[in-house]
Amino acid sequence: MRRVRAAAAPYLLALPAWIWFAIFFVVPIAAMASVSLTTGNLLEGFQQTFSVSNYAKAVGQYHTQLIRSLIYGGIATLIMLVLAYPMAYWIAFKGGRRKSMYLFLLLLPFFVSFVLRTISWGFLLADDGILFGPLKSAGLLPADFHVLATDVAVIGGLVYNFLPFMVLPIYVALERVDPRVVEAAYDLYASRLAAFRRVVLPLSLPGVFAGVLMTFVPATADPVNARILGGTGNTMIGNIIQTEYLTNNDYPTASALSFTLMAVLLVGIFVYARSLGTENVLEAAAR
Amino acid sequence: MHHLSTSPAFLRGMTQSRSVSRRDVFRLAGLSAAGLALSACGVQGQQKAAPKPSEVAGFWAGKQKNGKVVFANWPEYMPEDRGPLKKFEQETGIKVEYLEVIEENASFFGKAEPQLRAGQPLGYDIIVMTNGTQFAKMQALGYLVALDHKQLPNFAANAGAKYKNPAYDPNNTYSIPYTSGMTGIAYNTKYVKDPIKSIQALFDPKYKGKVGMMADSQEIANYGLLALGVAPEQSTKADWDKAAAMLQKQREDGIVRKYYDQDYIDAVSKGDVWLTMGWSGDVFQRQLAGEPVAFMVPEEGGTIWTDNMMIPKGAANPVDALMLMDYLYKPEIAAELTEYIQYVTPVPAVKDLLSTKAAGLKGEDKEALEAMIESPLIFPTEADYAKLHTYVTPSTPAEQEAFESMFQAVTQG
Repeated sequence: MRRVRAAAAPYLLALPAWIWFAIFFVVPIAAMASVSLTTGNLLEGFQQTFSVSNYAKAVGQYHTQLIRSLIYGGIATLIMLVLAYPMAYWIAFKGGRRKSMYLFLLLLPFFVSFVLRTISWGFLLADDGILFGPLKSAGLLPADFHVLATDVAVIGGLVYNFLPFMVLPIYVALERVDPRVVEAAYDLYASRLAAFRRVVLPLSLPGVFAGVLMTFVPATADPVNARILGGTGNTMIGNIIQTEYLTNNDYPTASALSFTLMAVLLVGIFVYARSLGTENVLEAAAR
Repeated sequence: MHHLSTSPAFLRGMTQSRSVSRRDVFRLAGLSAAGLALSACGVQGQQKAAPKPSEVAGFWAGKQKNGKVVFANWPEYMPEDRGPLKKFEQETGIKVEYLEVIEENASFFGKAEPQLRAGQPLGYDIIVMTNGTQFAKMQALGYLVALDHKQLPNFAANAGAKYKNPAYDPNNTYSIPYTSGMTGIAYNTKYVKDPIKSIQALFDPKYKGKVGMMADSQEIANYGLLALGVAPEQSTKADWDKAAAMLQKQREDGIVRKYYDQDYIDAVSKGDVWLTMGWSGDVFQRQLAGEPVAFMVPEEGGTIWTDNMMIPKGAANPVDALMLMDYLYKPEIAAELTEYIQYVTPVPAVKDLLSTKAAGLKGEDKEALEAMIESPLIFPTEADYAKLHTYVTPSTPAEQEAFESMFQAVTQG
């Protein structure tokens, strides 16, 4: 009896997590799949017709915004990678005793709400605001120069808002690199560059993978930055899903769009994992 | 990292079997099938016809005052000291819980709709919504309680004729107005030197990149239609096409900087845009704060909208709600509200009350109040009203969808 209970213990311990997963992930996603295959409208009701017309509409009508979101998410992720890697490297190898303080500083902006942070960016970048106002009156910038309401502002906002999610996983991976391994590389006559390229970089790739995963997905789906910092022609797919759901109450199209986005992102991530040479994608994600 | 197409790992991945096995695929399929079974019935339509008088009487029969009311309203719609509500509490003994939770019709409706459909109460006894698409949906879906006008004597006695029996809610079956306002043009006087008169200013290449338009389909459609010389309330689908094409051109020419919601007012007062579609009361509140913004209704006409009080289905304290709604129609209470919120009151007697009050004041206070009383934007004359239009009203769900997608293509393209 005791042995049975002991064998069941890990499963029982995992039970809350499974229940959580079932209630807050499996059921909603199954319900959303079902809604995405209905047709109708709010007043006359939605019928389960298993028609894929919503997917056709989602892709046909909104491919511009979908592609734009992928491009914005992709560019933002690349910029974050370029910014985050040296930052994480420096903290991990040169941070010394102050490592935890640097990490805290990195996370400090997170104590302010996401939307508020984005609004303050809008304030900072205002056409005649504290940054550009003085530059314009000094004649260093043309009077009609502006950053707000352009794709630069939206991508900049995405980078700013998601950067720590890129730094942290890379930092964790680099922090785990055993200095003796690097020393061994030097002992074997590797130059600094070669030691980095052939030892440190490969060992940090799981961190890069996790970082890209944690930034590319939310950055691509984000509705806030485009809404607050963007102008005409910067609408992202997250904004469209919000409009379809809240304004148009077109739940089927909103669900179909969400699924399409999810599918595109998943395919992208699998391709990316393969390109990193990872045998098993899920294994890499779990590392 | 290798380039994708030359990466051995990528090629291997493309040519060898996947880590996701066929069994996994079936398992996933099984899950979605379970999901389908869960909700295979879809979402039932709930469209309702107007209630019969006997039904209304039946609902209200036996309903009593509970001593409590929850009032959900928009921000900046009640004096800071909550004066009118405190007086109501003293006079009636009913406790008022006042919440500023409604910031936009669409998102409020979007959040409330699933709850109301499931027959769950929202937890509010009074809500305030603008006459427009979402209010029409609330009526059509039967999400509102038909009002008992026998319990609204102040409304009957004091509401102006324009605020009774409106087209969007015949016989005030479900709602009585809270306040009205206008959509016009707000501009920053620091940058726009010559006063703006015409709606065409919004399309003027002179202001390229410095024009704000509203993201709301109804609002932007109205302005496209007015610029074409068409009255929005009488417009047809052919007119919408023309208006959408005109607005699309305005966008493609780079004249529009951005399509705004409530945040237009910050943008115009900071100077990010020089002129923009705007709402009257917002601009006056900024003027009082000393910011360089002005508001005007274009000579081609503007639009007038009304925010209405209503009782959502399932409200716990409907009698108390009616009492509070009616209380706000006492002229002295309506006057207090108007002085703070700076929008158009549905109670005409407020003008005389405020004039009497101004006569008793001195200096700046007196000037400010007198300016307010004379403002056509707070107390419009008949001639002013003649220039104000109401909203486009698509008649079927299909037409509604066509309308929305036409103008969303402009604002969200």
